[in-house]
Formats: sequence, structure tokens, C-alpha cells
Amino acid sequence: MSTFAAQFLKHARVMSGDLRHRKIIRTALGNYEIARDQRQAAFQDWQGARQLAAVIKWEAVNHLDKYLEQFVAKLEARGTKVHWASTGDQAREIILQIVRDKKARSIIKSKAMTAEEIHLNDALEKAGLNVVENDLGEFIVQLRHEAPYHIVFPSMHLTRGEISELFQRELGSAPTNDPEELTMIARRVLRKKYLTADIGITGANFAIAETGMISITENEGNARLTAALPKTMVTLMGIEKVLPKLADLALFLPMLATMGTGQQITCYNTMYGGPRQPGESDGPEEWHIVLLDNHRTELLADAEQRDALHCIRCGACLNVCPIFRNVGGHTYGTTYSGPIGSVITPHLRGLQDWKHLSNASSLCGACTQTCPVKIDLHHHLLQNRRNAVKGKPAFFERLAYQAFGFVANRPALWSIAKKLGRLGQPLQKLVKGSALDPAKAWTQTRDLPPQPKESFKDWWTNRK
Amino acid sequence: MKNEETVLSEREKILARVREALKAPVPSPVSHGHVLPPAAAYPARQWLPKVGETFDDQLALFAKNAAELKADFQLLNSADEMCQALVRLRDTAGWRRVAGHSGDLTNAVCPALNLPLLRTDRAYDVHELEACDVGISECDALIAQTGSVLVTNRSAGGRALSVLPPHHVVLARREQLVADLPAAFELLQQKYAENYPSMISFITGPSRTGDIERILVLGAHGPKRLTIFCL
Repeated sequence: MSTFAAQFLKHARVMSGDLRHRKIIRTALGNYEIARDQRQAAFQDWQGARQLAAVIKWEAVNHLDKYLEQFVAKLEARGTKVHWASTGDQAREIILQIVRDKKARSIIKSKAMTAEEIHLNDALEKAGLNVVENDLGEFIVQLRHEAPYHIVFPSMHLTRGEISELFQRELGSAPTNDPEELTMIARRVLRKKYLTADIGITGANFAIAETGMISITENEGNARLTAALPKTMVTLMGIEKVLPKLADLALFLPMLATMGTGQQITCYNTMYGGPRQPGESDGPEEWHIVLLDNHRTELLADAEQRDALHCIRCGACLNVCPIFRNVGGHTYGTTYSGPIGSVITPHLRGLQDWKHLSNASSLCGACTQTCPVKIDLHHHLLQNRRNAVKGKPAFFERLAYQAFGFVANRPALWSIAKKLGRLGQPLQKLVKGSALDPAKAWTQTRDLPPQPKESFKDWWTNRK
Repeated sequence: MKNEETVLSEREKILARVREALKAPVPSPVSHGHVLPPAAAYPARQWLPKVGETFDDQLALFAKNAAELKADFQLLNSADEMCQALVRLRDTAGWRRVAGHSGDLTNAVCPALNLPLLRTDRAYDVHELEACDVGISECDALIAQTGSVLVTNRSAGGRALSVLPPHHVVLARREQLVADLPAAFELLQQKYAENYPSMISFITGPSRTGDIERILVLGAHGPKRLTIFCL
């Protein structure tokens, strides 16, 4: 078992028994579900919208070279500097170099999961820079020195009381349990940072090949300020974010909001096509875009799971996942958690180290059913399991199945095995779950169903 | 320093990996066993939330959406009425410093405020803008389907005016109302074609967050209040 798997099991055991955590998550997601269902129902045909979204994403991902080149050519024509990074190391080095060139000291950053993926903040802080997250949820988890709990709701696991204590300790603010007052404390602290930051870093939700733009979806206005005030803007994005046409956003913006937060459309949806242009009065003088591969091309090469690159990071599959809801976001130990995280992490960080995530699934298919771009998530979990076994077969498991196959193919042996089982089961009950039990791993938390007194075959032979 | 060559080669390496990966084809998504026509033959409008056909339906829908979003939407019948509404807002909110830009509507209405105006459509000091009580801007469109205001940095006084001051007032005209998001993107394409502004934003209600226990709070980083005056 990999150390990651051992960690996962340990945390999962603790978290699934933590009733307080489960209550917080249930309340938060209960409200989300009501809003999401209302918004879905407002579509004339939600299934038609999903199908169209899947078709558009298929077109983009399966002609990625063409759309990336178009996107980059348009951006460069308007003065944007485009960088390409095969690995997280390269992306961090490119951004550090920009920071050094600009002699920057303070950086303001709006939410970007890609930056979490390459641990950008760590690299910047090690270089002696002050980086402040400005999405409220990200700001809160940054103060706690913690990874985001959820890709859309980073601080979903915290109560207002915990956030108040955190602000008192870290920011010296007065105690309050009012979410509005807490938000205003953060607003005041961050306002000063916006006005003095040398560099603003953002992510991107979509990239438009046709016009050479990125699109950022947000509610708070933090990304808008990040892209308006600092003199230099840096955008880090995965290469798979491309959409062919600007008008495709007419579908994707409301779908992302519906599934992400249960809104018809979020408060700010903003497209950026360049740094400050001649005649414009504000905005960054320089804009750098870093296009990140970081194993995405390996996922692209897996034709079976290529549609995992359709993901728009709405978080809907996390929200419906019975595993996520019980073990919580931090248990995964990954940047992307929930079903999509379990599918793509083995591709991003190694199958043998992360195959356990594909086993932590009931295969109920709720993720596949909810996904707005129709990623076949639960089948991909099965494929990961198959690929993991193919790559590194488990010796005893294989032996056990071979023995089972040998017995099951021989009716005489099978009939003896049944009789032995019927005799053995009462004995097993005596040692159930203890060290003497051969099926301990299974039976310590579950009951073995009793074998019926008479098998179907016996009944069939003996019937009058 | 990285020289130009290594930058280029990284680009080529990634594109080569993409092309190599795409050699294994994946069939287009199917629905009930039928291959679907390409996306172009399959417009988004028919799936998105329905919008009434008449102007009155659309105006009513915009007003309903604005109310749900906690934006203040007021229909006015003349520039004079717009001036009066703005002056009333100035007095109740106690505005002292106002920011805006030059435009047909703003030029006609803002002088009624009798306050010095910080212009953001030319070089300005961001600290002065931050000290303003309100940003007054025009817009490119109002979208009935979502209750959104479409702005660009060209039509609405730059990137910061509509997001830095604590109150954003939008001055619009009835003929700027469009039915839905696809219509808004058509409008953008017709209006700006090959020379898009560097920022285009759909503003849908005042700034908000739900990051503390999923409870709605207005004015997270952007304006706490959004007022839309429509002529």
C-alpha cells in the first residue's frame, strides 16, 4: 500500500465518524442542492444543454493543437506575452522570473486551482515574496496554512466561529459571529493589498480561441480588481481550457454557475483580451499567460479517458459524491478531490501511488449523472482500477481468484466447498473481525451474509 | 534569463505531444446511438432558460431578475427624471466624491450632481478612485435572461470604475435591453468585431460571497450596491 493510500485510509476513518463535520457539510450542500435544482429546472432542456456542452468540449479537446495555436496567435497580436510550461517546475520558474524582472515585492492572487496544483504560493514565499489570496474562502484557508477544502468552496468546512477566532488571532480583529462583519474585515485588509501589489496573478475558467481571450467566473470582484490594479498581470492556466468560439460562453457561463454554486450566472464573468491597449485608461501594462501541460497531454493520449479534460471544475461531482460527503475534501490529499480528482490524479501524479482513490467509490454513478459536460466519471474509476491491476497485479488477490476459478469450474469441488462453507460459517462467527478471522479486513466492519441452508441447485434437484 | 529559443522549443514540445496524443481518435459524443451534428448546427438558445418575445416581457424579466439579485433597477422617462433620481441618491447616500467617464448619458446627467467628477476614461490616480463613494458608468447592454449589465472598459470608463467604488450606478437606455446571453454575444461581435476592448464584463448584481457558511453577503470586494437607471 502506498503511503498516500495509508494516509487516505487513516483520515477517512476519522472523518467518516466525525458527526460535526458531516453536519456542516450536509447543511452547506443541502442549500446548494435546492438552488442547483431550481436553476437546472429553469433551463428549457438541461439534458440538451449538457449534450451541447459535451459536443463543444469534444471539438475543443480533440483539436487542441489547432485551437491553442489560434488562441496564442490572437493573444500575441495584442501584446500579451505567452509562456509554455511542460511541468510545474517550469511554470514556477517562469513566474519567478517575471517577479524578479519586475523587482516585485507584493503579489495579490485571485483563486486558481492550477496554482494549487503546482504549489505556486510555496515557491513565491520561499523566494521571499508576500503573496495574498484574495478570494474570501482562499484567504481564510491561507491564514490557516491549509489547502482548499473544495475546488469551489475552499472554506466550506469551517464555521463562522472558527473564522472569527482565526481573524482575531491573525488579523487582530474584534470578535464577531456575523458573516457580514467577517467579510468586511477581510475586505478592509485586502483593499490595501490591491492598491499596493506589484503583480496580480489569476487563473482562467475558459480560453477563447476565436478571439484570444480568457474568461474568469467569480462572485466577489476579487479577480476583476486583480486584473485592473497591479501593473503586471500573470495568468496561469491548463492547456485544456480552450473553447472554440466566444459565443460558446453563452452556454458555459450559466452552466458553470448552475452546477458550481446554484446561481443562474455568477456576479462577474469577465473576458480579457490583452494588457492595457492604446487609448485605454487603466489595466496592467504587461500581461503574461503561462500555459501549463503538467501531464495533461498524457491524459489526452488516453483515448478512453480523454473526456476527463472536458472538466470545467464546477465541483458538482464532489457535491453529489457519497464518498466526498463522508470523508471530506482534505482526506484526498490531492489538489482536485471528489470523483474528478480520483479520475485525474493518477494521471497527474502516478497511478500506483493514487489508485486507491479509484477504489474509494461506491460506483453509484451520481457523478456521471450530474456532470454538466458528460464526463463518464464512474467508468473511468473502473478503468483506473483495471489499469492499476494490469500494471501491478496483487499476488494474493490473483492467487485467490485463480483458486476460486479452479473450484467454481468443477461442480464436484464446488459442492464440497459449499458444504464446508456451511459448516465453517458458524465457526467464523466466533472469531469475526479478530486476528484469527481470515476475512478480517472485510468482516471487522461488516457482516458476512449467512449461507442459505439449501442451495438453489439442491432445491432444483430435489423439487417434486 | 531564458532565451527565445528555449521558450519556442517548449511550445513545440507541448504541441508535438498534443498532436501525438490526438493520433488516437475519439468518436464524437453520441446521443441515443446517433452521432450529433457539429455544435454550430445546434445553438445554445434553445436549451437556455426561456425569455418572452415582446419587449415588455423582457423588461419585466430584467426587473424581476434585478430584484432577486438585490440590484436597484429604476425605469425613468426622461433625462430630467434621471438627474432627479441621481440627486436623490446623492442626498440619501451622502456622496461627496464621484467618479465617472465621458459619454452621452453621463455627460447629460452627472453635472446635476454638482460634485467634482473624477474621470476614469483618461489617466487617473487609483487612490483617488478608491476614495470615491460611487462610480457612475454607461453600459453596452442589459440582459433580460440573467439580469446582467454588460460593460467593457471602452464603454464604461476603464476596468476599475465599475468595481472599485462601493456603489456602482449604471445609466442605460431601454433600447440597450437584449433578450438573452446569445444575443449579448452577437451584439459584442457586431459592435467590436476585430477590435475588442481588452476587458468585457457581465455584471450580475452587486458583488457577493457565500464563503462563510454559504450565507450570502453583499460587497465582498466589489460594490455593495448596484443601481441601474434606465431611460
